[in-house]
Parts: sequence; C-alpha cells; structure tokens
Amino acid sequence: MARSAGDAHPAAGEPLLRIESVAKAFGTFRAVDGVSLDIKAGEFFALLGPSGCGKTTLLRMLAGFESPDEGRILLGGKDIAPALPHERPINMMFQNYALFPHLSVRDNIAFGLRRANMARADIATRVAEMVALVKLEGLEKRKPDQLSGGQRQRVALARALARRPQLLLLDEPLAALDKKLRESTQGELMELQRRLGMTFIIVTHDQEEAMTMASRIGVMKSGKLAQVGAPRELYEAPRSRWIAEFVGDINLFDAESRLRDGHRLVIGTRDAGTLVVAEPRQPLGEVKFSVAIRPEKVKLSRRGPVGEAGHEAAINRLDGVIADICYLGGTTTYRVKLDTGGMLQASVINSARLDVDAYSVDQHVVAWFTPDDCVVLPS
Amino acid sequence: MSGRRIFARPARFAAIAPYVWMVLFFLVPFGFVLKISLSQTAIAQPPYEPVFDLTAGWTAIQAAFAALSLDNFKLLVSDDLYVFAYLRSLTVAVTATALLLLIGYPIAYGMARLPKRWQAVAMVLVIVPFWTSFLIRIYAWINILQHDGLLNRILLALHLVSRPVVWLSTDTAMYIGIVYSYLPFMILPLYATLAKMEPALEEAAADLGAPPWQVFWLVTFPLSLPGVGAGVLLCFIPIVGEFVIPDLLAGSNSLMIGQTLWLEFFTNKDWPVASAAAIVLLVVLLAPLLLYERLQRRQLEEQ
Repeated sequence: MARSAGDAHPAAGEPLLRIESVAKAFGTFRAVDGVSLDIKAGEFFALLGPSGCGKTTLLRMLAGFESPDEGRILLGGKDIAPALPHERPINMMFQNYALFPHLSVRDNIAFGLRRANMARADIATRVAEMVALVKLEGLEKRKPDQLSGGQRQRVALARALARRPQLLLLDEPLAALDKKLRESTQGELMELQRRLGMTFIIVTHDQEEAMTMASRIGVMKSGKLAQVGAPRELYEAPRSRWIAEFVGDINLFDAESRLRDGHRLVIGTRDAGTLVVAEPRQPLGEVKFSVAIRPEKVKLSRRGPVGEAGHEAAINRLDGVIADICYLGGTTTYRVKLDTGGMLQASVINSARLDVDAYSVDQHVVAWFTPDDCVVLPS
Repeated sequence: MSGRRIFARPARFAAIAPYVWMVLFFLVPFGFVLKISLSQTAIAQPPYEPVFDLTAGWTAIQAAFAALSLDNFKLLVSDDLYVFAYLRSLTVAVTATALLLLIGYPIAYGMARLPKRWQAVAMVLVIVPFWTSFLIRIYAWINILQHDGLLNRILLALHLVSRPVVWLSTDTAMYIGIVYSYLPFMILPLYATLAKMEPALEEAAADLGAPPWQVFWLVTFPLSLPGVGAGVLLCFIPIVGEFVIPDLLAGSNSLMIGQTLWLEFFTNKDWPVASAAAIVLLVVLLAPLLLYERLQRRQLEEQ
C-alpha cells in the first residue's frame, strides 16, 4: 500500500471521517463556523454552497493546508490535527488541477508513489493501471501543456487516486470543463467511485452537479452547514427559504394569515390569494413564513383541472395570464401573471413534438396544484 | 484589407528601430574597436597606426589594410599577465555569482511568500539603493571597511576581535562590494518567477506525500530555473568585466581583465592591446549571452 502514515480503519459502525464543531477564522472573518459532520466509508459526499461559504476552507482543513481554530477532525477515530499534509492518507484533486508543468503525465502520476518509497516495478505497474483507468494511454510522455483541458483533468484525477487514499477530496473538479464534457465526466466519476469503493468528498457551487453525483449533500452558508441530506430531501423538503431558493427554482408567497383545517392549513397570501397546504411536521410557531412550490409541480390548463371526477386534490386553483415563455427544449417555463397580483412559474414537459396545445403570451390559464405539492418555509 | 495596411506600416518601422539602434551603437563602434585591435601602437594622435584616410586615395587605403595584423591577439594569448587576468575575472565572477544565488534565493523566496501588500514594500526596499549613485555606495563601503571603520568598531565593541581586521584591499572586501551591488539583479528575476508560481503546486506536492525539503527540490526549484538562469547571467556577465569594485576594494596584486584593460588604455596608452583585450572579453562572454538569449526565447515560446 502506498500510504506513508496514519493508516486508519474505522471500527464497525464508526464513520470514516468525523468533523466535530470545527471552526476557522481569517482575521475577524469566520470562514468555517462550527461545522459538525460524519461521513461514512464509501460515501460520495458533496459540499455545496455559494462562493465564500467556507466549503473550500473546510476541504483544505481536511487536506491539512489549514488547521482548525476550534474542534477536531477524526479520521478512522484518530485526530489528524498533528499530521502534516504529506503525512495524511488523504489526497486532493485541485481546482485548477495543479499539475506539475515540468513533469510528464507519467511522472505526475508517479510523483506520490515515489514519495511513498514504492518499488520501481510496482510504481510502473500502478502508473499503467491508473493511465488505463482514466483512459490516457499513449499520452504518458506528454507534458501538461500539451494536453487538452479534459485530459489534464484526467491526469489530476489519476495522480490523486494513485496512492489509493482513504479519502479523496475534489475541489470543483469539473469547473474548468465545458458543459458536455462536464456531464460525461460526472458519470465517469460516479462509476469510478462505485468501482473503487472509495470515499469521495467533492466541493462544488453547482447544485445540479452535486445532485447528480452525490449520495449525500451538505449545503453550506456563511461558514455553517445549513442542511445535510440526500439530494431528494434537499429539493423536496428544504429546511429554509434560502436552501429552497439555492437548490433549484421555486415560487415563494409570503403568508399573511393562517387557519387550521384538519391536517391542512389555509393560508392567506397577498400575491396568490388563499392557498391550502399540508400541515408541516414541525409546528410552525409564531414566525413569519412563506408557501413554496416548485415550478414543475404547477399544472396549467385552459379551464382548470380536467379528467378525474371531483379533483379533490386540486384544491389550489389560480387564474392568470401567460406573461412570458421560456422554451428550454425538453421543458418550457411559463411565467403566469396571477389575477391576485403575483407571478407564478410553471414548468411543463414538452411531451409532444407538435404541441397544438402550447400556450401563448396573454392567454388566460388556470394554474393548479395540490396541498402536498406545497412546502411551508420559515422566512 | 486596407485597414490592416494602415496599421502594418508603423508596426514595421517599430520592428526596424532596434536594428538601427544595434547598428549605430553597437556594430559601428565594434568595427572601430576591431580595427584598432588590429593596429599597432604609435606615438601619435590618435596613438595607433595605420589610420584610414579616405582622402588619401585608393593605394593608401590598400596599404593601410595591409598594415593590419593579429599581433595584439598573439600577445594576449602568450603573455601570462592577460591570461591570468581573464582567469581571475572568470573565477571572481563564478564565485560571486554562486554567493549571490545562495544569498538572493532565500530573500526572493521569502518576498514571494509575503502577503501581497508587503511584497510591494519589500520590492521597494530591494530597489531603493539604486536611488544613490553606484560610485558613492562603493565609497561608502570603503568607509565601513577601513581600519577604523564601522565594521571594525562594531567587531571591537562586541569583543569579537582584539585588534582591527584588515578588510580593505582584500578579496573579501571585493566580494562584499560585488555581492552588495549585484544582489538586486539576482533577487528581481528570481522573485518574478517565484511570485507567479501557482501556490497550489507546492500544496499538491505536499498532498502527494512530499516533505517540505522535497517540495522545494522537486517542484519549487525546478520551476524557478528560468529565474535562476536570468539572475545568474544578469550578474555573471557584468561581473566578468567589472572594473570599479575590484579597483576600489580589492588589492592591486592580481587584476581582473577590466582593470588590465583600463591600465593598457589610460596608463600605457596602448589602445590596440586594450581593444584586443575588449574583443576577447566580448567573445568569452558571447557564450553565456547566447545561452541567455536561447533561454529567453524558449520561455517566450512556452508562453
């Protein structure tokens, strides 16, 4: 094994990595402010947040480039604070790859193996294995500046994987790639992670990227973890208005009054009239809150819900006219100017190629959705 | 199309300018020096012959050409005095450049790692000596290094020596002077390459298991080689021909080629030998100059 020191194996049931109320300040700016997080072996975890939220600082503390002011970081139950970066069984893939420009692809990949005093023959075998893994055969002798962006990304990945780290950190690994390449690389990274059974922590500001790849996401805001959960949980059950808006598009209507009706709340809003929503599991208390609904949950029709008898589910009906249309290929997003004054976004799948039913601007429509489609969020 | 031509013309003139400069201020004077180096001394004004006189007619010019010879160059090669002077110049330049690199590298490295706003301050501190005349600064060193100078007084006060040390007119004084004078020329190119190096490269090396000294030798130093090359040549080339510092600070028992040249020219009034010495010096320095040129071109191509 290529690890130099600190070979740690977590006991059964223990998380591989435990971050305990870690904080780090630069001057008076608290970059990371009391983050606690457990990551299990084999997880693909994403730290998601806008720039400056502290996600990169947290990652750099794991790699050892920054040391926490408060809290502990345990790897396999052992505090890694005293270990310098070169002593940690953790490797990192850097944002701009940080490939050594004076070394060939082969020497870049072998760099970490040579530092681990591996036998020459073993190094050659491992490098060949890595080159095959990231499909760089034939480019071993090239220098980084003779490679394309996608190839450089692969070298960086191979170099970080070569030592078979217990934990691989990826700092915005796909940010420098164009959209098409980014999407195919996302798939390859997930495939690779599953096949190697390694633990990946990826830092990204791209919520789609995080949702696609990670099995669990931690959303960070101003140095704190705002919510940790599976992608679906974050999207469908965001814990705050900020998360709802950061992860995907959402319609928000400020509540002005509320009335309990069995398991439902009847909420009066200024912009969308009266809405009926399912009662949230946590009691709301006296805080101000809003009703949130994702655009794809809103259905549109010319005369309101049709088809099933009763339409008991479609309690919320809002009349309005189409204000503008954003055609995205697979879906079309309509912005509906409600008669009650507000704006409502509705995302409709273009399931038919020749859609004679498509709406046009200024057309009158009825938007409808069920109480369960709505989420109540404290604002 | 026509728009492109309008811009192309001044651009072409701009491209010619350095060549005009080279011809006027390098090639033409070099031709004069080369001609004098092939002449013989004479007690005359100017102190050599033959003198080309374009008004004297064709045969006179032919005769003047026939009178040129390589005698001065033969003298330079055969006389130990000149050979030793060249060797001493090269030895001093190699030693001083090595000292400059050893002292300059850590300073440049430290500067490049300072917070951004302190880097500007450090830069000014490196350049500030240039605001005083070079000659005055060397005279200041005479003051510091003399028998009852600042250095000896400090050493005596600290009881590090029991009687004043002789500094002046020694090689030590000369090396102090050279290293002091040329340090900015070593630091600045080194600093420039180190400062623009991506810090993530050193972190990547550490992340891949390299302890600090390996990070330096395997990543930082190899990547700073263009700066090392520039700094070494910027110092080495002028030090070989250095005249003022060895003349003011070193002893007179062994001379560098610049001093020899000066003596031949001003004291012996032997312009032809002085010119020949200058030509040989130029040829000796051509090798590192060409090397520097190639290094720079490769760097430009890489960018």
